[in-house]
Amino acid sequence: MTTQNPGAAMARVAAPGYVLDRREAVPALIGRHEDFLIVTGLAGTSKDLAALTDDGAHVYTMAGAMGGACMIGLGLALARPDRRVLVLTGDGELLMNVGALATISVLNPPNLSIVCVDNGHYGETGYQKSHTSLGVDLERMAAGAGIKTTRTVSTGAEIADAARVLREGNGTAFVLLRVTPSDPPAYRRNMDPAACRVRFKAALA
Amino acid sequence: MDGKAEVASSTWQDDLYDLLRRHRVTQFAYVPDAGHRRLIDRSLADPEVRSVALTTEEEGVALAAGADLGGARAVLLMQSSGAGNCINMLSLMKGGRFPLLTLISMRGEFGEGNPWQFPMGQATAPVLEAMGLIVLRAERPEEVIPTVTAAATMVFQGGQSVAVLLTQKLIGAKAF
Repeated sequence: MTTQNPGAAMARVAAPGYVLDRREAVPALIGRHEDFLIVTGLAGTSKDLAALTDDGAHVYTMAGAMGGACMIGLGLALARPDRRVLVLTGDGELLMNVGALATISVLNPPNLSIVCVDNGHYGETGYQKSHTSLGVDLERMAAGAGIKTTRTVSTGAEIADAARVLREGNGTAFVLLRVTPSDPPAYRRNMDPAACRVRFKAALA
Repeated sequence: MDGKAEVASSTWQDDLYDLLRRHRVTQFAYVPDAGHRRLIDRSLADPEVRSVALTTEEEGVALAAGADLGGARAVLLMQSSGAGNCINMLSLMKGGRFPLLTLISMRGEFGEGNPWQFPMGQATAPVLEAMGLIVLRAERPEEVIPTVTAAATMVFQGGQSVAVLLTQKLIGAKAF
């Protein structure tokens, strides 16, 4: 993995309203991870889920092809309507292909849920501010794309309702989880995308 | 395009849709395009497939990977200009050894009159090859079905990523 910029700590200032710690909030929001087939974005969300599931075979973690997580989730959700699919991605990864929210909303698969872990920063490259620290609201963009069930979670008290929404199945759900720009768990996952594909498909078969 | 060419084109396009369905393709992804109109319309009318309109072509690459993870088969329909939008996302297919079948209606080549179409049209095959795709071309109506049949076998049995270029000689140059 890329080592962090030594000056990063100085740049790391949480935007107002970003108080939750991802190491506690992500596991609390997801709950029983075995209930889902999971696709993650790069870096932070990959480590969140690899640590939570011990690099589980029901999780496809990315470390490149930025902007693809939501659409991998859509293809998987359409292919497996019998399973619940969860995409867990970051603000930077989602912003790179935010049009995917429009594509997904038109299809509106009931078994797809998207969680954006928004720390307002590009953590992997040294915690430069992302657009969400500067006024961009991804929940409103998801709602504007036509996704009918959306939530923003900024406090621990809001987690239970959002966790319910992720499992509801009345249509695609989108949850923006605002967290401080603190590091994800330091978990060394399998980063071979072909091996992870084979593992994922074998576990589903 | 004269009347005769239009009849021929709608015939191979219907055969092409049936061919893709015989190969158990159930996810049809596209940015709307005149060259793929018949395939898109057939997918919209078919209750057994999912017709996925994209905002940009790279979404379709990622969709195809997700379909494969779930045991389904996708096809990505795009114009040559869209190939350029896919390049980094093709890392997923090459690195993950995901199969990808894409059918590309060509612009910026035989008989093109729009100067904006040439840069990407001329670069389509080289950039796709640089990202690990095998590129096949269909120049005449009778070549379409054999070429896409070959591609579907290479993709869904052979595990490769293959682009079939439906050339401007085949589909006709757009009149301006």
